[in-house]
Amino acid sequence: MSTRENVLVDAAWVEAHLGDPKIVLVEVDEDTAAYDKNHIKGAVRLDWKKDLQDPVRRDFVNKEQFESLLSERGIANDDTVVLYGGNNNWFAAYAYWYFKLYGHDDAKLLDGGRKKWELDSRELVDEAVQRPTTSYKAKDQDRSIRAFRDEVETAIGQQNLVDVRSPDEYAGRLAAPAHLPQEQAQRNGHIPTAANIPWSQTANDDGTFKSDDELKKLYEDKGVDFSKDTIAYCRIGERSSHTWFVLHEILEQPNVKNYDGSWTEWGSLVGVPIELGDQP
Amino acid sequence: MCGAKTGGVSTDGLDLTDESMIQGVVTRADEPVAGAYVRLLDGGGEFTAEVPTSATGQFRFFAAPGSWTLRTLAPGAEVVDQNVVASKGEVAEVAVTLE
Repeated sequence: MSTRENVLVDAAWVEAHLGDPKIVLVEVDEDTAAYDKNHIKGAVRLDWKKDLQDPVRRDFVNKEQFESLLSERGIANDDTVVLYGGNNNWFAAYAYWYFKLYGHDDAKLLDGGRKKWELDSRELVDEAVQRPTTSYKAKDQDRSIRAFRDEVETAIGQQNLVDVRSPDEYAGRLAAPAHLPQEQAQRNGHIPTAANIPWSQTANDDGTFKSDDELKKLYEDKGVDFSKDTIAYCRIGERSSHTWFVLHEILEQPNVKNYDGSWTEWGSLVGVPIELGDQP
Repeated sequence: MCGAKTGGVSTDGLDLTDESMIQGVVTRADEPVAGAYVRLLDGGGEFTAEVPTSATGQFRFFAAPGSWTLRTLAPGAEVVDQNVVASKGEVAEVAVTLE
């Protein structure tokens, strides 16, 4: 089985495994009301903000909190976790990265996420899902896939920096995706030397990922040197999780980190360099 | 939905002075289409944002001044592309009709 098949499943695979107690479907949306309306049969919900972010500090929930969260949702260490969601799987990819950060073995993304499922007119239900509780044990955070600000500053001009936001956000013309009000960081722009390779160029219109060859060519054409380490960032770290998934999980690049502080941190830091315009 | 206005959702209560809004409604055979996906592409055809339509078929983007393309995907429908121009302080209303 190729790497891609280990980390990505299609809708037919999910339908064939509905009801399998060791396969847990997890819906993760930006619009957390989407799950209440309907979801794939048997899917539990993770709220990317309420469940995965510390309520006070800007950071993730700690290992113990993650353990109690997954135990309460009925996810066991040896379960296959299949993540999907809206927004072309941005938040599902973010949760996938998060599961890997805490060392979960078997996680997969549903290719195309909720959108593809809906466009195919596949079944969605509104019944509540209750799985028996577990005693989940998380590992310490795997810092080899998470970048912090100082590391990003050191990487300028040295490593591949990949800014996966839209060209307008990269250039500083927009501060956020255009379906959200304009807010967030103190300054617009991008990190010097970062290549702008929007996450959307890795996906088809229906949200499924492009082929391995197309993906590899995309990054090479934009100047990514696969012999170097890579840090991906966006605005809040969710779209860059999607790109982290492409680089690290599909293309098997060994040293790829997601900078979850992303632009909302960098664009508010005092004294760091910022570039405006369409050029790196 | 009873009392829904024509076009996009109401902008009551929003300060639009600095916004360049694009909004509208997706219909098929004169009925609003809920759960269609409307994608906003910039002047270079690059993805900028995407939203599912509401129960009343409506969508909204906070864009920047300039030319944009709206690409609409819905189950069982052909993809529809429409051009729209956004201007600061104004709301560009778009009606998307699916075959």
